[in-house]
Amino acid sequence: MGKFITRRILWMFLVLFVISLITFFLMRNVPGGPFAREKPLPEATVKLLNEKYNLDAPVVEQYLDYIGDIVLPRITTGKLTPSSAEDYLVSIPLSGSGEDQKTLQWINFGPTYKSRSRSVNDIFRENLPVSFQLGVAALTIALAIGVPLGTIAALKRNTIYDYIGMGTAILGVSFPVIITAPVLQYLFGVQWGLVPVTGWEGPQYAILPAFALGFVNAALIARLTRASLLQVLNEDYIRTARAKGLTERSVIVAHALRNSLIPVVTILGPLFAALVTGTFVVETIFGIPGMGRYFVTSITGRDYPVIMGTILLYAFFLVVMNLLVDLAYMWIDPRIRFD
Amino acid sequence: MAVLEQSGNTPGMVVQLNEKRKGESLWVESWRRLRRNKAAVVGGIIILLNLLVSIFAPVIALKPYDKQVLVDNNAAPEWVTKVFPNMKPREEGGYVTVNNSYPLGADQLGRDMFSRIVYGTRVSLTVAFVGPLVSILIGTTVGLIAGYFGGILDNLLMRLVEIMYAFPTLLFIILLMTFFRTSFANPEAGTLAYTLGQIDLASGGMLFIFIGIGLTSWMQMARLVRGQVLSVREQEYIEAAHAMGAQTGRVMFGHILPNILGPLIVAETLTIPTYISYEAFLSFIGLGVNPPTPSWGSMIAEGSRTISSYPNQAIFPALALFLIMFAFNFLGDGLRDALDPRMRGVD
Repeated sequence: MGKFITRRILWMFLVLFVISLITFFLMRNVPGGPFAREKPLPEATVKLLNEKYNLDAPVVEQYLDYIGDIVLPRITTGKLTPSSAEDYLVSIPLSGSGEDQKTLQWINFGPTYKSRSRSVNDIFRENLPVSFQLGVAALTIALAIGVPLGTIAALKRNTIYDYIGMGTAILGVSFPVIITAPVLQYLFGVQWGLVPVTGWEGPQYAILPAFALGFVNAALIARLTRASLLQVLNEDYIRTARAKGLTERSVIVAHALRNSLIPVVTILGPLFAALVTGTFVVETIFGIPGMGRYFVTSITGRDYPVIMGTILLYAFFLVVMNLLVDLAYMWIDPRIRFD
Repeated sequence: MAVLEQSGNTPGMVVQLNEKRKGESLWVESWRRLRRNKAAVVGGIIILLNLLVSIFAPVIALKPYDKQVLVDNNAAPEWVTKVFPNMKPREEGGYVTVNNSYPLGADQLGRDMFSRIVYGTRVSLTVAFVGPLVSILIGTTVGLIAGYFGGILDNLLMRLVEIMYAFPTLLFIILLMTFFRTSFANPEAGTLAYTLGQIDLASGGMLFIFIGIGLTSWMQMARLVRGQVLSVREQEYIEAAHAMGAQTGRVMFGHILPNILGPLIVAETLTIPTYISYEAFLSFIGLGVNPPTPSWGSMIAEGSRTISSYPNQAIFPALALFLIMFAFNFLGDGLRDALDPRMRGVD
């Protein structure tokens, strides 16, 4: 068990390393730079900017610097100002004060070229929580609708409940957010005026986007739950459970449903990573200040540290979630063992 | 020993032979099962209708899709103003210019929405049918090699698949598309980059969409093919092919591939809606087809900016997109049930 987790964590770091490598060199090979404008900046300005952000150094050196700033903790000496502390995610004052202040600082994702006063860490601090809340709300909706719908469809197989449930589910997976978002926005926001159309100023602003995101995933989860529950219901241990006289309720809930959750849990990993790191379409349509837009604007604007930051953030969530999913397997089905 | 084994397998081989003769009827039978599935038939008919619309788009569309009539910008026909009550016509004290010559209204540049939706069918359908090719090509090759040769090669390829999975697909597509779009923008004539850029231009920007989507979605296919190859590899008819001196390539493509085709078709059909929505997404963020080629995704993007005033501009392309996704989902579901009845209701 311990060995399994150790190996998985090592593998996680390898994956993150390879991803950072591919992304870094791919993005540096995209023509155009962060300071290319339709009306070109004076050459001297570009040169100064490149020097400031160390963009004139050899690419390999830049890569090593970038990774070093994230991975290596360092002890800095100097006055600890709010801005020098905020560049790092971890900033612990050690000893001394004033100009002799020694500080342990760790994890710096670099500046953003588009704003002089902000860093990638600032983006994480301010925009990630918004996307995170929205993502968790959407995931909750998806599970709360999907699992019961799939369960009912499987238990009442080939009845009207099954057909209606699965018909709805196919409709649901045909509704990507690019469709649901404007339609929901029009119906509930514009037409009936029940909820705000755009913005992010309170819980009521999250209702529509969360449902827009949740609906399509609810349909996906419903189909998975049904399929897997149908398979599980044919297993011998279900017959045994019935034979020993358990109530139908405890057969379903304690034995069948629990085991049928494995495929659902499997997709929860990537789904969670995708939802909480922000979704561009929903955040654009509903005007939500989340992470989503940085996934697009960073690339179109060649904002290199933001590109790296968003990709690494997503990949980090994904590999961590996949590890948790694997651990959840063991809890759900004790027969599953990793070694 | 080999002889003994062969004779021991005779009944199995007879079954194999019979199955071969019945091979055609397996497809016929699947076809019959598919036709009995009403939802799948409806899906198929919708797709066929869309196909006809896309072929005869110049006849069906009333106006050129790119003609801007600025005086008619945001115009809407009378029935649209009735369906969307907040779109009050100017005559009744509202703000909407009523013009019945636009069946679904005009967009903010005064282009006919109906014609744009009709031509948009071409983009979505091309993505649906051609889009999967790249991912099939890469995925099948990787999967066949990994499953067939096994060992270190298998291990390496599957690790590669795992790493690719950790990339956020959409982010990777955006990065690739930006790379393609800018790298192939002005290359020198005569180079490969130039040729690719020209093909992309001629296809309205679709070539790079296919490559972008293909490069980011072959992993699932590779895993599926590998799994199928592993289960087929040890069967008697493969051993027989080897015994008769068939080359590796022949065994892989002549014997293994045809026998695992069913699940592959099903898997690809079921992912077609995903490709369609990827294209819509790319066009939504402005990295999809080149303007003025109409794509439902870019129409939704433009329309959703003015959804409070002119909901028709986002809702109609959204409905068109929904219809085609829905049709492919139902057809895919039906195909799965028809080609592999054991899989019925199992994903």
